[in-house]
Amino acid sequence: MNPPEVHDMPGRLIAVEGVDGSGKSTQIDLLHKWLVGMGCRVFFSEWNSSPLVMEATKKAKRRLLLTPTTFCLIHATDFADRYERQILPMLRAGYIVLCDRYVYTSYARDKARGCDPAWLREVYGFAQPPDITFWYHVPVETALDRLTKSRKEPNYFEAGMDLGLSLDLREGFRIFQDRITRNYAEMVEEFGFVTMDATLPIHHQQQAARKLIQERIDLTAYPSRIERVVHDQYGIPPPVFEEDLIDAEGEW
Amino acid sequence: MSHRTYRHTIPGIDMGELDGLLIVVEGPDSSGRSTQIWLLSRWLEQLGFAVEQMGLKRSKLVANELEQAKNGNVMSPRTMALFYATDFYDQLENRILPALRAGSVVLADRYIYTLMARDMVRGAPFEWLEPLYSMAVVPDAVYLLDTSAENILDRTLSSRGQLDYWESGMDLGLARDWYRSFMVYQQSMRGQFEPLMSRFSIERIDGDRSILDVHEDLKSRIDRVLAGYTDPRQD
Repeated sequence: MNPPEVHDMPGRLIAVEGVDGSGKSTQIDLLHKWLVGMGCRVFFSEWNSSPLVMEATKKAKRRLLLTPTTFCLIHATDFADRYERQILPMLRAGYIVLCDRYVYTSYARDKARGCDPAWLREVYGFAQPPDITFWYHVPVETALDRLTKSRKEPNYFEAGMDLGLSLDLREGFRIFQDRITRNYAEMVEEFGFVTMDATLPIHHQQQAARKLIQERIDLTAYPSRIERVVHDQYGIPPPVFEEDLIDAEGEW
Repeated sequence: MSHRTYRHTIPGIDMGELDGLLIVVEGPDSSGRSTQIWLLSRWLEQLGFAVEQMGLKRSKLVANELEQAKNGNVMSPRTMALFYATDFYDQLENRILPALRAGSVVLADRYIYTLMARDMVRGAPFEWLEPLYSMAVVPDAVYLLDTSAENILDRTLSSRGQLDYWESGMDLGLARDWYRSFMVYQQSMRGQFEPLMSRFSIERIDGDRSILDVHEDLKSRIDRVLAGYTDPRQD
């Protein structure tokens, strides 16, 4: 069931990973805009955003119906749907595909919920490993600071409240996200993560990521089919994919 | 009576406490499955057992969305497989395990084997499906109502007047006409069950007999399972 280590598809796959509040979504959003600006064929996909599955997930989360096993599987369903209908066809068609969270989110988070890591790797065994995986590493306290600055409290699942770790959201967040961070750290070598210091200023991190991408991927090989010159000349905004419009709230 | 899962363990569940019995009846639609489960349920209750029934696609979690997805027919086989797995584990954790813990006899109207066979017909490798369902509780007995495609066709047409899209495998593009597709699909489902029979100790029940003959057959087999079982609370 394992896909080949080095894929022979013309596209390239870049994923970002990290705990909530690590700033990874900001970083991949900037990478997306940069690549579009460079005139690349690029596609962006976000964890937990398949319209069909998201409805079930939202309902289940609201009513607290999920156990560690079904929490994992419902996200795996979402991933499979996006993987087979978007990510894989895009890679075959020679796109640069950007993923905000990939299977490692499950490996880190579902393991923290008690799922067997070997089982998780089998369930997600069909997924092609990315060409580059950035891990945005940040102390849990910093992540919590960032979250509370932007929207007050961590949410129920970010704080691992379903595990009953603590009655306090912030304390729950500290314990749960600390476990997840340790799980990420253990995977750095196994999956060749590029560790990013997510405490640095946003533009420093962005410069480093761009440099690394340019070293590893020949961006001229992925020209966009959109006639950019014409677009620029007439001020036509670049095409927006439906996936870009989905509210970031969809992510847990 | 102690139970175990096939391979991986379910996070947060102590398998030592499950005192009930899990009996699975497998078979395609119109194989007589529901009729037999109804008869068995009545018989077991007469004997004084608490009976709990479960089936596929009945979870609170995703059953509605699963139905929608099926109707829209837009999901890939793998996505459908994972959706069904989510539904299965939701029921396993929220219905089957509590019932077993309470000492009930759980009659399952199909289980992981039908799910696996359906996915394998659609190209999923067993090597992926086996771990996916490896946290399923090993049943105390599994019976397959093995019924010929001709008989299933006859029964379906006489009771419903038409063939079902999915039970005819129309999503697979096996044939353009429903009759041919139905026959080919039923045959390939039987074929996919073959390697599962010995691996999962599934007992074959000749489903081409009369309702009462099949019922007597199942009763005598389940009698032997019950012989090794005593509800601890009745001691």
